[in-house]
Amino acid sequence: MNYFQLFQLPAQFDVDLTELGTRYLALQKQFHPDNFASASERDRMLAVQQAANINDGYHSLKQPLLRAEHLLALRGVKISAEQRSFTDTAFLIQQMELRELLGEIPHAADPDALIDDAERQIRVQKKQLLASLSAALGSNTHEHDLAAADIIRKLKFFFKLEQELEFIAQQTQD
Amino acid sequence: MAYSNKVIDHYENPRNVGAFAKDDPTVATGMVGAPACGDVMKLQIKVNDQGIIEDAKFKTYGCGSAIASSSLVTEWVKGKSLDEAAQIKNTDIAQELALPPVKIHCSILAEDAIKAAIADYKQRHGG
Repeated sequence: MNYFQLFQLPAQFDVDLTELGTRYLALQKQFHPDNFASASERDRMLAVQQAANINDGYHSLKQPLLRAEHLLALRGVKISAEQRSFTDTAFLIQQMELRELLGEIPHAADPDALIDDAERQIRVQKKQLLASLSAALGSNTHEHDLAAADIIRKLKFFFKLEQELEFIAQQTQD
Repeated sequence: MAYSNKVIDHYENPRNVGAFAKDDPTVATGMVGAPACGDVMKLQIKVNDQGIIEDAKFKTYGCGSAIASSSLVTEWVKGKSLDEAAQIKNTDIAQELALPPVKIHCSILAEDAIKAAIADYKQRHGG
């Protein structure tokens, strides 16, 4: 299923989210079960299926990482179910250091300062990675697509770090 | 999802947590990560001049199964030669810890970590 086609949007990483939202609402309305109350059994089933596709598609296109994964899958680079370990040592050392920083928060004299520091580091790195992801996907060559897949893998670590930080920050405030 | 008793044991009493001195020439390090869950695993081995792994340490940020898998591997590799340690399979780890299918990737991570540490050692020692 090509979600860009479903929403009649160009198959590219940079998506107009307002436009996506408008088309989502229009499609949802078009395939609402109420419109198929008197339709044949087959058409009703197709409408239900289409409504599910619309929801899945909206979910996938709305979030940058899922959108990038979907775009890559359409180009033949599938990474969503992979179990291969990531082995970029320099990147992983940096991740470990950020995890250690997060681990210090609960014991710190001034936890808020460490939380701010970690938040800032994660935000800066994420922004840089998202910009490189956009550039790599924009090139639309297989080589750049493989580079984009690696950037997505790195971004996943940062999204996980963000969750961890949120969890630690909440616990620290309690 | 319930963890097996062995996972809980390694999680609550992890063996060999920590790190060796970075500049120790007999130490090699394997770093691996799992993008899907954001787990990061560091596994270090200390190798004597007979090529036997004398000691091992790990540091893992991840779920209980990832911590248990790396803890178990540090126990298993001690006393093994590099070639013997390279034979450790993720299926052995998963079986020993009774990991459920959704946690198999944790055992893959631990296998890849020991392989990465061995590769690091061989690279540092020219072979």
